[in-house]
Amino acid sequence: MAERLSKGGLLIDRDQPTTFTFNGDALQGYEGDTVASALLANDRMLVGRSFKYHRPRGIMASGAEEPNALLGIGEGARFEPNQRATTTELHDGMVTQSQNHWPSLETDVGALNAWVADKLPVLSAGFYYKTFLFPRVAWKHIYEPFIRKAAGLGKAPVEKDPDSYEHFHWHCDVLIAGGGIAGIAAARKAADEGKRVLLVEQTAHWGGRALVDGDQIDGQSGPEWVAAQIAALEAMPNVTLRTRAMAAGLYDHGYALVYERVSDHRPGLTGAPRHRLWRVRTGQTIVATGAIERPLTFANNDMPGVMLASAARDYATLYGVLPGRKVIVYANNDDAYRTALTLHQDGAKIVAILDIRAQAAGDLPQQAREAGILVRTSTGIAKAIGGKRVDEVQIGTIQGEKMTGREEYLSCDLVCVSGGWSPVVHLWSHCGGKLTWDDTSAMFRPDDSRPPTGSDGQAMTKCVGAANGVLHTTEILPDSMVRAPTEDVLQPHWFTPSRGKYAHGTKHFVDFQNDVTAADVRLAAREGYESVEHTKRYTTLGMATDQGKTSNINGLALLAGALEKQIPEVGTTTFRPPYTPISMGAITGSAKGPLFKAVRQTPMHGWHDANGADWEPVGDWYRPFCYRRAGEDRHAAVNREVVNARRNVGLLDASTLGKIVVKGPDAGKFLDLLYTNMMSTLKQGRCRYGLMCTENGFLFDDGVVVRTGPEEFLCHTTSGGSDRVHAWMEEWLQTEWWDLKVATVNVTDQWAQVAVAGPNARKVLEDAVCDVALDKGAVKFMDYVEGTLAGCPVRIFRISFSGELSYEIATPAGYGMALWDALRVAGEPHGIMPYGTEALHIMRAEKGFIMIGDETDGTVTPQDLGLFFAISKKKTDYIGKRAQERSDLVRTGRKQLVGLMAEDPQMVLPDGAHAVKRRREHVAMTTIGHVTSTYYSPTLGHSIAMGLVENGLSRRSEWIDFSTGLGEFMRAQIVDPVFYDQAGEKQNV
Amino acid sequence: MLTMTCPYCGAVCEETELAPGGEAHLTRHGPGSSDDDFSGYLFDRKNPKGVHFERWRHAFGCGKWFHAARCTVTLEVFGTYSAQVSEPPAEIVAAIRARRPDWQPEEV
Repeated sequence: MAERLSKGGLLIDRDQPTTFTFNGDALQGYEGDTVASALLANDRMLVGRSFKYHRPRGIMASGAEEPNALLGIGEGARFEPNQRATTTELHDGMVTQSQNHWPSLETDVGALNAWVADKLPVLSAGFYYKTFLFPRVAWKHIYEPFIRKAAGLGKAPVEKDPDSYEHFHWHCDVLIAGGGIAGIAAARKAADEGKRVLLVEQTAHWGGRALVDGDQIDGQSGPEWVAAQIAALEAMPNVTLRTRAMAAGLYDHGYALVYERVSDHRPGLTGAPRHRLWRVRTGQTIVATGAIERPLTFANNDMPGVMLASAARDYATLYGVLPGRKVIVYANNDDAYRTALTLHQDGAKIVAILDIRAQAAGDLPQQAREAGILVRTSTGIAKAIGGKRVDEVQIGTIQGEKMTGREEYLSCDLVCVSGGWSPVVHLWSHCGGKLTWDDTSAMFRPDDSRPPTGSDGQAMTKCVGAANGVLHTTEILPDSMVRAPTEDVLQPHWFTPSRGKYAHGTKHFVDFQNDVTAADVRLAAREGYESVEHTKRYTTLGMATDQGKTSNINGLALLAGALEKQIPEVGTTTFRPPYTPISMGAITGSAKGPLFKAVRQTPMHGWHDANGADWEPVGDWYRPFCYRRAGEDRHAAVNREVVNARRNVGLLDASTLGKIVVKGPDAGKFLDLLYTNMMSTLKQGRCRYGLMCTENGFLFDDGVVVRTGPEEFLCHTTSGGSDRVHAWMEEWLQTEWWDLKVATVNVTDQWAQVAVAGPNARKVLEDAVCDVALDKGAVKFMDYVEGTLAGCPVRIFRISFSGELSYEIATPAGYGMALWDALRVAGEPHGIMPYGTEALHIMRAEKGFIMIGDETDGTVTPQDLGLFFAISKKKTDYIGKRAQERSDLVRTGRKQLVGLMAEDPQMVLPDGAHAVKRRREHVAMTTIGHVTSTYYSPTLGHSIAMGLVENGLSRRSEWIDFSTGLGEFMRAQIVDPVFYDQAGEKQNV
Repeated sequence: MLTMTCPYCGAVCEETELAPGGEAHLTRHGPGSSDDDFSGYLFDRKNPKGVHFERWRHAFGCGKWFHAARCTVTLEVFGTYSAQVSEPPAEIVAAIRARRPDWQPEEV
């Protein structure tokens, strides 16, 4: 029976009572309680059901290492599953619930799992690999839904998170993780040396174990010494202190993440983010993260009422809560005796201290005996007995691997266990620090000779205190006068033998959260999963949200035993950040909603938005896919836009296309190397469609190049490619051809650009009032002129992607809207309509023009696409030329660009559909190509497509099959990729 | 998340400001080169377990390319230097030797 003591409790404020609910029941607590301490104060030891077997589980620890007490906290949009009751601060009105049971915590149908598992070993290690395999057809409708329902512990929240989160950058000389005495002492030392110090502590209080374990420092009690040190640190301007801040991970060159829970304990605090993620760059890191107590492994050690010894005394001293009245302490070391002494002083009956060791002669066992507490050596627990709470334990004498002596029973309601302590070496290990096994203390501790190193190759981290394996205050504070008991050495004990059916370890729990037993670990060893990394994954030991904090060492020690190896030979698994789970919100920071990805906008973006634009993401922009009018779906809008552009005239915002100025005496020479075409011969006032390839010979960007001056070119790129092409240019100029006298500037955002395309295009420009003659002879196809149009300074390029008479007009970005409006107005009598990207794509496909990303995929050469006109035969070198001479790029059988006419002209070939050599039902088919672009053409009244097919150029008129999935096929004929206006007359009207 | 000093603008850059550029000091083989030389240029990289010379661009800063000498195992950065050189300068070689006395630059 757990209860609140009438006095005591360092962290609680008895003048501030709080009310909260657990599974709907109203309970009482105090400010300063954690949910766990408040539950225990209300005698709620049972807090959940285990993952696989649905065994009753109780609160086991007092900190982040808690494996069982995972609760759902909050309601509605603020509901959070899987929160550790031990690290969740209680506040008034908190709503909490337990997880993983139905219909209730007390009566759980899931307990049938345990009953089944008793009869058949179906849930033991590796069951994930051995079950749900056959029959295959049962997977989709039976196994998968069942697994989805059964998986996980808590329920995921379904409403949008209303809280805000922030990222926060911080620089310091020394980051100290851990606010116990070691961390505090390190902070004083570094601060006194004038360093900029950041000291962080994951709980809401300073002092760690010094608040509970009773050692005296320089004549002060632990709490007094801590308070004085913190006060001194708070007065120093070069020191920053934060509680509720956990150092989550340590990364390269002193980069660290600290997770601060700013307002979890004060919900509704306005103006504060809920969590803050500190992104710290530090010179040195001091890891003062303490150590975690290990449980002992005995039959039914997972029963509610079995608790870590240090946790039991934490609840008594910090929260004024007695977790039980009839107490057994079971340990292999002296430290656990502190719990017996503390609980005894608080009025509990210590039934017995059961010590594995043959001798218990240290200071603390002496004190226990002097207090009248029974100490029994060479004694172990054969099994715990009880249901939803421990009632008694069966004990015996441990002789080697056996439990001997008569079956003796001791009645109890609390079993405090301690198997020793494991230094928290995670931050040390995250960034490459190595560990060494200390046989005397039975722990892995940091190996000082192999620390994590920084940018200069020197050690950037060190561990102090219990994190370094130094458990005793006298050694942690060598410069202080410390009064503490001396402690005898522990005796490693990895498996308490049992009797009868319990002897095999099927109820000896190692990983409580994932329900992994000693028998599972031994099974993994027998089945050949001998590497500790394999054992971990095969059994799932250490893979739950507690990441093995109370199970890793016990597990690998069992594995070592099973393999008859030494523990250091087995080693540990890899420690990965974060140390404890951090919220998705903290990781996201403010990068959500409209701030998730920066969106670039053209000057006409607002107009598109206000005029029915259906948006499509293109690179960093959104472009109108089409402009839908009332009653139209996308299909109808697109068809209208295409038909209108070809019949009258269309207007397109082309501002997103890349524009790069390339200037200098060597500009022409440079572009000759970058493009497959000869660019240096391009005359001023002329445009040329250019292709850019990689050194592997594959086409990766295209665009029109304009000669704007004697030593100046303007290169257009695809919308998604401007930054990439500009970076490409600079890469060659800075790292290979640095002697060329060329400068480049990315001016994509400096110019708005509008395409006016259709038979009436010239009329529109003339009506908009241009000071440059625009008749057919004055501005020829592929000409470039400068002038003024509708009062805007413009560059006019007579280029065409649609195949119609077309002008692209560039104006400085500030004039963009004015130009757009002027063209719209001038175009009204001529039937002008804006068109979007889909109409653009259909029109170019009707003309057989390629698009980067459709006809190219990183493995396609310009020769594959039949673009011989753009490949210079005269140039001795260009990027990609040597590659295009490779045997694999000139062989027959390469996929080549073709047009495709579907057998049913009203059916559209699916994009990406594979052309197959032969139709087959069950055997994998051989692909001979695929569909690269495919649309319904309103201009022609039937579907059109382009594709890449092996030897396509020599297969004109052949019929081939396309697999459209699920055993279906479509037939299509190979045709000329130019479906419309083969003579190319329309662009010349 | 490593840090390196850009030799052009002097900023101590975090990895997120930088774009990696692979092995440095490659010899470009173009038209007229043998298949072996060309495929070596395209695909063969030293990939050492230790001192590596590499290209980096200060993409979210001054935009310049630079070279770095870095240990691929420990991430120690021996130094950064101009991109407009075909081999590591003497100071960089000296800085590496000071930390790795047994290291020898490879024959080209």
